[in-house]
Amino acid sequence: MSSVSFEAVRKVYGKTVALTGVDLLVRDGEFMVLLGPSGCGKTTLLRCLAGLERIDGGVVRIGDRDVSDLAPRDRNIAMVFQSYAVFPHMKVYDNIAFGLRMRKKTKPEIEKRVKEGAALLQLEPYLDRYPAQLSGGQRQRVAVARAIVTDSPVLLMDEPLSNLDALLRLHARAELKRLHTDVKRTTVYVTHDQIEALSMGDRIAVMKDGEIVQIDTPSIIYDRPASVFVGSFIGSPPMNFLKSTARNGDAVGDGWQVPGPPGMDGKPLLLGIRPENIRIGQGPLRGRVVVAEPLGSHTLLTVQVGKDVLKVVAPADDVFRPDQALQLAPEPHKIRWMDEASGKAIAAPN
Amino acid sequence: MSAATASSQRKSLRRRVLVDRIVLYTVAIVLALWTLVPIYLIAVAAFSERVAVFEYPKALLPTRFSTETMAFFVGSSGVLNSVKNSVIVALGTIVVALALGTPAGYALSRFRFPGRDAFQLAVLSSKMFPMAILAIPLAVTFIDLNLYDKLIGVIIVHSAMVLPFVVIVTAGVFASVSHELEEAAQTLGTSRLGAFLRVALPLSLPGLAAAAIFAFVTSWNEVFAATILTLRERTLPALVVASLNQSPLYFKFAGGFFLIIPSLFFIWFMRKYLFNLWGPGR
Amino acid sequence: MAVRAGRALSFPARIARSDAALPLGLLAPSIVYLSLLILVPVVQALLLSIQAENGAFSLEHYDRMVHDQAFADALANTAKLLVLIVPIQLTLALAMALLINSRFPGHGIFLYIYAIPLAISDLAAGIVWLSIFSDTGYLNTILSGLGLIKEPISYLSYENLHLVLMTIVVAESWRATAIVMVILLAGLQLIPRDYFEAAELFGASRWKRTLVVVLPLLRPSLQSALIIRTIFAFQTFAVVLALAGRQFPVLAYEAYDAYANLFNPRLAAAWAGLILVMTLTIVIFYLRIFRVREAEAPR
Repeated sequence: MSSVSFEAVRKVYGKTVALTGVDLLVRDGEFMVLLGPSGCGKTTLLRCLAGLERIDGGVVRIGDRDVSDLAPRDRNIAMVFQSYAVFPHMKVYDNIAFGLRMRKKTKPEIEKRVKEGAALLQLEPYLDRYPAQLSGGQRQRVAVARAIVTDSPVLLMDEPLSNLDALLRLHARAELKRLHTDVKRTTVYVTHDQIEALSMGDRIAVMKDGEIVQIDTPSIIYDRPASVFVGSFIGSPPMNFLKSTARNGDAVGDGWQVPGPPGMDGKPLLLGIRPENIRIGQGPLRGRVVVAEPLGSHTLLTVQVGKDVLKVVAPADDVFRPDQALQLAPEPHKIRWMDEASGKAIAAPN
Repeated sequence: MSAATASSQRKSLRRRVLVDRIVLYTVAIVLALWTLVPIYLIAVAAFSERVAVFEYPKALLPTRFSTETMAFFVGSSGVLNSVKNSVIVALGTIVVALALGTPAGYALSRFRFPGRDAFQLAVLSSKMFPMAILAIPLAVTFIDLNLYDKLIGVIIVHSAMVLPFVVIVTAGVFASVSHELEEAAQTLGTSRLGAFLRVALPLSLPGLAAAAIFAFVTSWNEVFAATILTLRERTLPALVVASLNQSPLYFKFAGGFFLIIPSLFFIWFMRKYLFNLWGPGR
Repeated sequence: MAVRAGRALSFPARIARSDAALPLGLLAPSIVYLSLLILVPVVQALLLSIQAENGAFSLEHYDRMVHDQAFADALANTAKLLVLIVPIQLTLALAMALLINSRFPGHGIFLYIYAIPLAISDLAAGIVWLSIFSDTGYLNTILSGLGLIKEPISYLSYENLHLVLMTIVVAESWRATAIVMVILLAGLQLIPRDYFEAAELFGASRWKRTLVVVLPLLRPSLQSALIIRTIFAFQTFAVVLALAGRQFPVLAYEAYDAYANLFNPRLAAAWAGLILVMTLTIVIFYLRIFRVREAEAPR
């Protein structure tokens, strides 16, 4: 029914290039997350899809239709805004019904759909209230209901969870995921929160400086980041990177040495390894504990190895003292090598 | 520190707070009286018998309440007509100023376009020109255009006078309505105009009402241009000014009170929006 | 999926393609209207004032204006009003604004009261204070009631123009302080509460707090208020007329008089031109000073 595709989409604001020729295909029914730090262009890309921004190059398609020149109302999309944008001067019922009324649906049809949408998002008791009488979480649900009932083939969401407090956010995240399973609409979801991205997306498009740097499923993005940037952005705490130089098939770092990727002789390499993939005990890396943070389920160690500082996840029951000497062993099949010059991953048969 | 010093410190702090409070309320009340007493006095003067005007010392309390002066004023030739004219001119000013100013304010608040700052500056700097320099040549022009001594001429000048304010106020009002609301409406199927009419306008009505009231009051009070541009179809202030030389004192007092009445109501309705009048920001 | 070549639009085409067309279109009627009703008259007035009846260039009207009996007085009086009214109003308005901003219980009612004069015209204000300052007026009534005077003082007679000046200053201050107060209050509201609280925490007394913390932050509003108040001070008209009639010449009255009583629009235009030049000069002067100050201010 409706895929979404961006072909070489370009957007400029005066002299700043916000999007540098973005290519992306979102499959029908897929939940695609646009993830990146602020200023990376993810919201701009979403707004170009919505028609709220005009593109300066390339094509935007919904299904087979080229919608690049169409106004938002002609694109048949539905959008949930970060601030929810729930109309304060209308009751919840009228908010949810708004899109249906604009599309000239009949009164009984509107009533049926509004009731369905309200049921889906547990808003039935609030239909007669005004948004000012609702909590932030309830207003967010009104925004989602309003978007869903229009039955538009594509759903856009611009950081809909960022204004909720932490506990509510967990709840709402699960709710949205369940909703997507029930309703199965092509969804493009923007967030800067990598945990949201990992938990909700079918695929994630990581963006930086106006371009997409990696498109993959969450597990691949987590396990095989395409660049230092992706590795540092995804995962909390982020991936560690240790400096080294390739020499005769090995990577030689500051006081350590491990077998390196083939064919890289002489090049500066970064050894990427996630904190939970480092074993404490016998190993090639020698370091000293700087800080030990007991976090209940595990202990987070900050370890100085030569000139590099690593984060290591250790079992909760182990005790560590500052300045304690440690030996660390990165799990070999979890090492991700990066070319220091370009910041990009080196494909290795790991 | 010892319990004794602590409690004596607390006592002196409380005394200081009390003194502060007394000073604050005293100053506030004095300033309020300074504002209100003259209004009270003109009301007393307007609602006394005509001869009371010449009495000395005057009665400070309305012991001899009488509508004689007001009746004389209202009954004087031309007064009722001038009141009617003032109302017509003020209403016309609202219509013209809002019709022109609302879209302009919307444009300033919503769009970024080349020259936006220049326009804002131009609008603001039009306030700088004294009414004299505008009214006099316009009077000459209006005579040629057969607009002299016609209310429409005064409406034109008044609306030009108020337009900068209306533009700035409506820009502020629309700025306070999140543009995301209109964007949401558009994604739900309205055109740009539809989004404005269904979302931005209803939400900005209170602010627009305030701008309208401000336009009304400004027009109602305007003296110089109204006096220059009219001869027989005078507005109320023009009438009072033109007759200042010959009118008896009680006529003036009644006229003054009459001129003030609207302000008491209008400021009450406008009190929430008083801050937006003089420039964006809030 | 065919790849479409990038669409680069030329600059004029971009503007026409409604990115800027819509806002400019919405703004245009107002700009046109204001230009017609402000720029055109100003130019016309200046032309009127420098032309003789037959249209030839002539400075006779300015000459006549300068040699008018009332010229020196009108100039001096307008200047005196300016110099007296502006500081008084700024001070009073600042006091009112600070009071209201402190949000003491009941401040809402006081705000309404202080704001009432906003909607009172200078004509009405003149009449109100006429009732107070006239020979048989309320001021004399109160003073003699308190036993302070035996004979009524004549505040509005030409024999004592200093007193006349005072009555006008009082009436205008009474009326227009509200305008300044509103501007200052808006400026005060922009100052975050943290600044006040921090000063309090550091033990500064209320006066010190006001002077050192508030005034510098309020500077833009003070400047706005100063400019606006000065512009209007040059146009003082009806309040003078109501209180003092012809005894106290001011520039705006002379302009009106030349038109309405002498039936000489060119002479009136000359007076108006003078007002305009003086207004613009002072405003530019203010702006210069403010910019210099801002450049020097520590950031």
